[in-house]
Amino acid sequence: MEILVASAIGLMTASGVYLVLRLRAWPVILGLTMLTYAVNVFLFTSGRLVVDMPAILSADAGGYADPLPQALVLTAIVISFGMTAVAVMMALGAFLEAGDDRVEMTDQEDRK
Amino acid sequence: MNHWIIIPVILPAMVAPLIVLGMRNDLTLQRIASIAATVALLAVSALLLVQASTSGPQVYLLGNWAAPFGIVLVLDRLSALMVALTALLALGVVLYAVGSGWDGRGKNFHALFQFQLMGICGAFLTGDAFNLFVFFEILLIASYGLMIHAGGRDRLRAGVQYVVFNLAGSTLFLFALGAIYAITGTLNMADLAVKVADLPEGHDALLRVAGVLLLIVFAVKGALVPFQFWLPGTYALAPGPVAALFAVMTKVGAYAILRFYTLIFGPEVEATGTFYANLLVPLALVTLVVGMVGVLGARSLARLAAFAAIGSMGTLFLAMSDFTPLSTAATLYYLIHSTIAAALMFLVADMVLERRGNTLLVPRPPIARHGLIAALFFASAIAMAGMPPLSGFLGKLLILDALGDRADMAITWSAILITSLIAIVGMSRAGSIVFWKAHAISGDPAEVRPMPLAFTATFGMLGVLVAMTVLAGPLMGWLQETADQVHDTGAYIDAVLGLGATEDN
Repeated sequence: MEILVASAIGLMTASGVYLVLRLRAWPVILGLTMLTYAVNVFLFTSGRLVVDMPAILSADAGGYADPLPQALVLTAIVISFGMTAVAVMMALGAFLEAGDDRVEMTDQEDRK
Repeated sequence: MNHWIIIPVILPAMVAPLIVLGMRNDLTLQRIASIAATVALLAVSALLLVQASTSGPQVYLLGNWAAPFGIVLVLDRLSALMVALTALLALGVVLYAVGSGWDGRGKNFHALFQFQLMGICGAFLTGDAFNLFVFFEILLIASYGLMIHAGGRDRLRAGVQYVVFNLAGSTLFLFALGAIYAITGTLNMADLAVKVADLPEGHDALLRVAGVLLLIVFAVKGALVPFQFWLPGTYALAPGPVAALFAVMTKVGAYAILRFYTLIFGPEVEATGTFYANLLVPLALVTLVVGMVGVLGARSLARLAAFAAIGSMGTLFLAMSDFTPLSTAATLYYLIHSTIAAALMFLVADMVLERRGNTLLVPRPPIARHGLIAALFFASAIAMAGMPPLSGFLGKLLILDALGDRADMAITWSAILITSLIAIVGMSRAGSIVFWKAHAISGDPAEVRPMPLAFTATFGMLGVLVAMTVLAGPLMGWLQETADQVHDTGAYIDAVLGLGATEDN
């Protein structure tokens, strides 16, 4: 299971980084989304991977699943969802104003 | 518990929705509410400043959950100082925004402004690393809205870059926090300090990686090279008052580095040692050079101000990287100065933009109120470059003095002094082209409506710089005590964890 989770995080991060480095707004936003997926799973694993354990300390259970990372992930998901929505709206606004969705700015625009 | 501590977060958080929901179609009401809230914030922060100077670190337990299980806010001299600085700057900025009419050129300026203040004050007050992330996101999401206030093609495009850069930074922040939680099992900053100090063997490498990730996140906020690429475009294209408010945003990064790398990853921690301080010195040197050479090469006043801000962050980080009480006191003095001075310069650039449509460094006919604006630019350039008689000179002198005993003193001194000279040349060039050569071109200045409030706000900021210079002695005395408190991490830890233990009963 560790290998599966680790490679999933690695693959998502790698594809996220690749997409973020593209020149068009849409792939960049997809890349950011991939990165947030990767970080959400990563946060989840920071409480150790356990199966079939209660989320609270209990005298009967042999161990417990750390509930704090789950709360952190929930916060992170909400925030990243909102942020992605903002990024999409801004990219859309820039696309409608400028007529194309390049992320980089030309020298001409940069001079202002 | 002292409930005043949470007011700087609650107050803007209450006023902002009120503005959106109750006053969305009435700009005058919005202005009154926003200015009143900012004045109240300043008053509360002054009260907190007094409380922080008369007692040790105070803790506010949210929901009365004991630390380290609940989230805590911590008020000590450093956080009180940063909140007060934010409130002072915010008052100047909101008056300028109202006076210049910037707030009416798009919707929801004042609501976003208050949310931004909430995020900044929260980031300064929180004592929990994950809560710091949340406040970072609040201040960022408000800043995205403010950055593209009034719209326009170039501003939106620069805004997209800004958003993408910071979203990537936020992701990195989460990776760092995840790694730290996996190693230590806590995210409360005081508890982290305890856990990191006696870390069981075998976790050093992972901890160092997490520390570097955090440093990168804060460096993105603080515009430390090589993470400064978002700053020039954002600050130059953002509306003037917004850019002025953003002057304190880079200081959020600086504050976070100061807090984390004295409290948690201090030089006495075995696992990390002076690793981060050694990393910070070369980066700060390069930042300083990039910023000041950028000042020399800038093609417009707005860009010049943005690069001057990067250069001042370089100076700030260079001073900070020593991590001793003496250097921290000098850092804090320069931090206050550079925030106000950078904001002043952005406002002056905006005044020029307002009157001639651009801030390009090419001669144009004189603008309305030419002499007054030229004088303001002159003053802000003196402050930014660090020439006498304003506080920039004193700040740099204090930093040079603090760095004088170090082995790399030859490099740091020459870097600071030579880049100051470059900045002076760059700013004189810009000032002479924009303000002096204008007289060689005939033409009547276009009529612009008088903006008494905008000028009052700008001169008020200049007044703060003058006051900092005149009252440098008492201020430095206070800042020295603040720096001592920052480095006395034991008191901070006791306040947070000790209070949690007593409240349990």
